[in-house]
Amino acid sequence: MQPRLEVQGLVNRFGPQLVHDGLDMQVSEDEVFGIVGGSGAGKSVLLRTILGLQRPQAGVVRIDGSDITQMSAAQLLGVKARYGVSFQQGALYSGLTLLQNVQLPMVEHLQLTAAARDELALLKIRLVGLPAEAAAKYPAQLSGGMVKRAALARALALDPSLLFLDEPTSGLDPVSAAAFDELVLYLQQHLRLTIVMITHDLDTIFRTCNRVGVIVDGRMESDTLERIVDHPHPWIQAYFHGERARARQAGAHGA
Amino acid sequence: MFVEVGTGSGADLELELTGEWRALQITGIERELAAVKVAAGGAVRIGTRRLAALDLSGAWALREFLGRARSAGTEVTFKGAPPDQLRLLDETLATAEPPTAPTAAPVPPEQAVLTAIGRNAVRAGADLIDGLGFVGRASVSFLRSLTSLKRLRLISVARHVYDSGLTAVPIVALIGFLISVIIAYMSAQQLRGLGADIYVVDLVAIGVLRELGVLLTSIIVAGRTGSAYAAELGSMKLNEEVDALIATGVDPFEVLIVPRLLGLAIALPLLTIIADLVGLAGGALLCRYLLDMPLTQYVYRVNYAISPSTFWVGLLKAPVFAVLIGLAGCYRGMLVRDSARELGRLVTVAVVQAIFFVILADALFAVLFMEMNI
Repeated sequence: MQPRLEVQGLVNRFGPQLVHDGLDMQVSEDEVFGIVGGSGAGKSVLLRTILGLQRPQAGVVRIDGSDITQMSAAQLLGVKARYGVSFQQGALYSGLTLLQNVQLPMVEHLQLTAAARDELALLKIRLVGLPAEAAAKYPAQLSGGMVKRAALARALALDPSLLFLDEPTSGLDPVSAAAFDELVLYLQQHLRLTIVMITHDLDTIFRTCNRVGVIVDGRMESDTLERIVDHPHPWIQAYFHGERARARQAGAHGA
Repeated sequence: MFVEVGTGSGADLELELTGEWRALQITGIERELAAVKVAAGGAVRIGTRRLAALDLSGAWALREFLGRARSAGTEVTFKGAPPDQLRLLDETLATAEPPTAPTAAPVPPEQAVLTAIGRNAVRAGADLIDGLGFVGRASVSFLRSLTSLKRLRLISVARHVYDSGLTAVPIVALIGFLISVIIAYMSAQQLRGLGADIYVVDLVAIGVLRELGVLLTSIIVAGRTGSAYAAELGSMKLNEEVDALIATGVDPFEVLIVPRLLGLAIALPLLTIIADLVGLAGGALLCRYLLDMPLTQYVYRVNYAISPSTFWVGLLKAPVFAVLIGLAGCYRGMLVRDSARELGRLVTVAVVQAIFFVILADALFAVLFMEMNI
């Protein structure tokens, strides 16, 4: 089966600093793929490249088989309507209410009556577990956890089947983070989403991801969750078996 | 394309859903569903076997149709199981219907006008008190920062002198030259008829030194630096940098506002001197070519036209204007909250108010100096 997302030989360089040195990755239909890496390993650059926000020095990025690095802006627009993105800080438009934030992609891409747009946007807001009252609020009036959910609602505005989440649970308390994981899983199963997420949160990885790609030395080591934890690379070992990971496992055993 | 309608027995309808029911096709789906006539007492059977894809928006359109059909008294059934997505929608929407916000009773128009006036008056009053409070805090912080060299933040002051002063020199010089061009041409045209050409020099010298040099420099600086102060402080507020300062125990007035006011109060008089110089030099150039007046005569005439106080009257206003511009910029910047739009609005307000205050103060100065016979 054709992969939803395929990256081959990606090279990104900023001046003398080589961020990606021939990075490969592949995400198939219905997968939840976690991207992991140390600070400065190039996770965000990778996401920006995949989203078409910046062009790589070399390499191919295929979404549903077509290479977005070679596309014109107009062609890219068609691809953008097929995926949804939730940014790390939410990136909600601060001058618009939550409802208007969710409606913005609909206004751009769909021809809907105002009433239908209201109902569909409200549906998305309730789908991510936000109360309907939140729809009239401005982003500054929302709590951190609500902003994350609101960003997810906006990402779902066009019913994409491919979803990118950048650190969806960072900055959330463990209870909210766990609830968010459940929400992502619930949506993934019911809407048959393919999800690519950048995350540091071990709990999130173990709860939601099928496969994990670790960016080390400008390349990606990816495998199923069960197998990647035994990868010999020292950083991967430290990540999955370091102090924090042990504390997590101890906690899991204790529970 | 999305709905194939076939007739079953009697008034019953057979609907076959086909194709991709996705958000991007929602217009077509809604149109075809709207075209399906449902009648009371009839029955509709919906087949979904040939449905290639159904996303939430598609399911929502289908659910709306089902609602319409059922409320019209039609019995709706699915061949096989209803699509999973419908169940998800039902689950989501089943949790307590959103309480509709209590809409305020409509206010009669004549009352609405009064309400608006009252509300704006109260807001303007609060704004004034708030602004005075800001001026007070800035003054206290300024006095306190005079007590020690460390608190004066000289490096920061120097940076603001550079940003608002040195980098503005080219534009201010150009403006100074253009003012003298305007005054010289305008007055030469009028005075030549009277044979009073020589008074062009008086007008240029007094006009530039006393009024226009400082006024136009201030207006340029209000646009450049007033907006920069508001935008800089505003984005620091949005980024919680100001809160971080307060939490660290640093007074934001001391590190952010006093250095800006001080820097501008130093830079603006210097800029005014440059505008005056270039203005006078421009006057000399124009008199040479417009009136064929030799340089020595020009210098002599300028000396004759101005009194010793003329230059100082103009220069005295510069620090006052500087403080007004700085206060307007900093105050509006510190009011920014929540959104990028707010930032844009307050930067606009800052510049407009800075220019307004400058012109108002200039008018007051004009009256004051007139009364004092200077």
